[in-house]
Amino acid sequence: MNVEPSIWPLAAVLISLLGTVPILLSDRRPNLREAWTVLISLGKFAIIAAMLPAVLEGGGYRFTLAEVLPGVAIALRVDAMGMYFALVASFLWILTSIYSIGYMRALNEHDQTRYYASFAVAMSATIGVAFSANLLTLYLFYEMLSLSTYPLVTHKQDDEARSAGRKYLTYLLGTSVAFTLPAMILIYTLTGTLDFTAGGILAGKADASTVSLLLVLLVFGFAKAAVMPLHGWLPAAMVAPTPVSSFLHGVAVVKVGVFSILRVVFFIFGTGLLADLNLGVVLTTLASITIIVASLVALTQDNLKRRLAYSTIGQLSYMILGAGMLTAAGMTGGLLHLSMHAFGKITLFLCAGAIYIAAHKSNISEMDGLGRRMPVTYGAFFLASLSIIGMPPLGGFLSKWSLVIGAIDGGQLLLVAVVLVSSLLNAAYFFPIVYRGFFARAAEGNGREEVREAPVLCLIPLSITALFCLGLFLWPSLALQLIQLVVSP
Amino acid sequence: MSPTNLHMYALAAPLIGAFAVMVVGRYSRRAVAPLVLGVLSFSFAAALTVFLQVLSGGGFRYVVGNWLAPYGIELSVDHLGSLMQLLVSGVALTASVSAVKSVAKDLEDRQHLFFTLYLILIAGLHGLVLTADAFNVYVLLEIASITAYGLIALGKGRAVVSSFNYVIMGSTGACFYLLGIGYLYILTGTLNMADLARIIPTLESGAALATAFSFCIVGLWIKMAFFPLHVWLPNAYSDMPDGAAVLVAPLMTKVTIYLMIRFMFSIFSPAYEFIQHAGVQQIVVGVAAVGIVCASAMALAQKNLRRMLTYLIVAEVGYMVGGVWLANAQGMTGAILHIVNDALMTLCLFLAVSAIAYHEGALDFHRLRGLYRRMPVTMAAFTVGALSMIGVPPTCGFFSKWYLILGGIEAGQWLYVGALIFSSLVNAVLFFRVIEIAYFRMPDADAPGTGHGAVQVREAPAMMLQPLVVAAAALIGVGLATGPLVQHVIRVALPGGF
Repeated sequence: MNVEPSIWPLAAVLISLLGTVPILLSDRRPNLREAWTVLISLGKFAIIAAMLPAVLEGGGYRFTLAEVLPGVAIALRVDAMGMYFALVASFLWILTSIYSIGYMRALNEHDQTRYYASFAVAMSATIGVAFSANLLTLYLFYEMLSLSTYPLVTHKQDDEARSAGRKYLTYLLGTSVAFTLPAMILIYTLTGTLDFTAGGILAGKADASTVSLLLVLLVFGFAKAAVMPLHGWLPAAMVAPTPVSSFLHGVAVVKVGVFSILRVVFFIFGTGLLADLNLGVVLTTLASITIIVASLVALTQDNLKRRLAYSTIGQLSYMILGAGMLTAAGMTGGLLHLSMHAFGKITLFLCAGAIYIAAHKSNISEMDGLGRRMPVTYGAFFLASLSIIGMPPLGGFLSKWSLVIGAIDGGQLLLVAVVLVSSLLNAAYFFPIVYRGFFARAAEGNGREEVREAPVLCLIPLSITALFCLGLFLWPSLALQLIQLVVSP
Repeated sequence: MSPTNLHMYALAAPLIGAFAVMVVGRYSRRAVAPLVLGVLSFSFAAALTVFLQVLSGGGFRYVVGNWLAPYGIELSVDHLGSLMQLLVSGVALTASVSAVKSVAKDLEDRQHLFFTLYLILIAGLHGLVLTADAFNVYVLLEIASITAYGLIALGKGRAVVSSFNYVIMGSTGACFYLLGIGYLYILTGTLNMADLARIIPTLESGAALATAFSFCIVGLWIKMAFFPLHVWLPNAYSDMPDGAAVLVAPLMTKVTIYLMIRFMFSIFSPAYEFIQHAGVQQIVVGVAAVGIVCASAMALAQKNLRRMLTYLIVAEVGYMVGGVWLANAQGMTGAILHIVNDALMTLCLFLAVSAIAYHEGALDFHRLRGLYRRMPVTMAAFTVGALSMIGVPPTCGFFSKWYLILGGIEAGQWLYVGALIFSSLVNAVLFFRVIEIAYFRMPDADAPGTGHGAVQVREAPAMMLQPLVVAAAALIGVGLATGPLVQHVIRVALPGGF
């Protein structure tokens, strides 16, 4: 269990931040710029993957930049939980980069250099959150992510994008300053440290009411997790270009929110303390309400991306639900759902983008019959939605199975009902899309015959992620191995 | 030039430089800028050396011309003083690089007059941060203020009226302070800070001493624009020439807060019952909190970038006064750290404003449209300054706010803690409103430098951009260096009793 000092964690974070320089410099040469983007994303994944063996052996790496407050440094540490999230995020970034090239070129978007540069900064921030050694460092990268994604959300620069951007920052920056910052300072005054420590740091330092106050502050302070009622920014942020929605609002940004909540639950509060004080119920209640309400709202949305956004809000709370069960199986399910949902949701968004490029349609009611013209896209969409619903033989089944076991272990039968009802609702809002695509008759004379599949640079990534949904069901061992290290070290 | 009187050279250089500029500037306008920059570079180098010496060898007291106290002039070069001297000389140097350009544009044939006042002001500030004599504080404060009145009056439009308002308020503050030290002199027979600190605890603390204390403090509050004594500041600071604003806005209020710390803890002590008194603390911190909230709200109502920033200065004064009066180590650390950080943030933002104004003129919000395309470097630096004001790590603004909130929690001053968080949120709204206008809105067709189609990049001259970039980098650099800065300088500089 040795954690060695090493420069690698810093390299993993910085490579894409420094990568913005060549991207900005090759402003006028798109091919070179995109080559840099892909190269940097490959490099990032390689660095992170290179650290995997040590983590699997129970060790890790750390790097301390500067001790800014007594007992609190800006420091990075690679452990199993961070590695798990970083692997998923950096792998999906490669695919998103390739997809972005196809998407942005097909639509001939403006300001592509700014787009790729902001994307690279956001990626640095995401990995920074994954590898943060303490709450202060996590907060730093969390804010960096909110700010660097602002230009991406508002990419269109029209009035709708402007108001979405305003909402985005109000929710994310506002809650982090108003809730997370005071909570962090309170924890610091109570314990004198902010380090993530297995088993938590608050045990014996704070009374029950303080702990519950801190828990509520932090769950709502990390508004990126979109726990209701602080979810409004996510559907609004769907004005962004589709690769942004898919990666950031399907994977990186929202997962950073959930990851942060799980981080503090496991490593600041400690599941033992929450179980003693019976505070898991705070998490499960908030999560259950969000799961059910978001799924119901998703049923009413006609805009495909908005439906996916509400689906995301619901699915994110599964992970919080799992953590709140405070049983080993529940926590495993929550963490497992982080990657299963990531692969599923990114596929769905990439499909939505492919449909938009090919047919310029964004409302579900206008998509009748498109599946017959775009079989690859719709096939991938079908697989991914099955995974999110939680059907075997797809990855989502494993995480939901584990969540149900966790609920039964904890004797919380109500939560079993929540998971099952919500799965039915998921099916109810996904199947009509697929059904209409393959079987519904389109109205006559709307030029549907000319619709063809999206560019191949878009199709490859979405096929790969769809296959991964399948592959993760058959070979989940790496994910489970890492999760095992988190849940029972 | 022996190592023990280097700080005197740092002080004397701008003073001598001021008169040299006055004389030389009459004959050659081109010689003004090199002279000013040369003098200030020398001063900065000297201050840096002194600071490093104090860090390694500890502070010392220095008697000017060997006239011994209580008759002579004594200077105290300790950790806090030399840190402040470094800050003053660093900010002055950075600001003047930009001021040289903007003054050449604004005040073509009065440059040498401007820089004469400018250098005397800097010399006055150097004196203020070093002096160990309560009466010299008065003299030097008037030197700094009177030159500032003059600099403000050089501005356009209503500048003369604003300057006159400032004269009235500033002189009132000076009278309060002078009366206060009059009382002190009657009570103790000395005005040397060390002697005062020795004698005051032996006195019976009665109404006379309390009067002396409160007159001096109120005098300083007027000078630093502590809410509700702030009404002169927004007009004065927004009407003065840009070249003066980049110097006066970062330094004047901050140095006055430093003087308040000196007065409270080098002359009086934390044990003095007026400072100890929970009710007094409660009231002062409460007023500071109300001031922060009100000034932030007034900043929200502004439609001009420069005026918005002036109200933020008033809010920040509330931060620091509140932090000092929390009367605990965390709060004091936060206040002193915030003096440094706020000086740098204000410097960065006013340098950005000055760079924008170079081409754009007035800074009403609607004229800022499309600025991210026209001035990308300036706006990038402005964004860093804005993030620091909001308090986003790793910019330095986050860390001083951290200590201030920590101190507030320790003292149980929840109103103050709430005000700090409220003000961070308001700052976020304020700055993102500006960023939104500059980023989204496309400029009107008739605005200067824009046509239809591609927008031309048109930055301010390099002389104005470089100091701005340096200031923005300093915000992040100082933020990352907070740990050593607090541990090796500010903790040592905390007055005895904390």
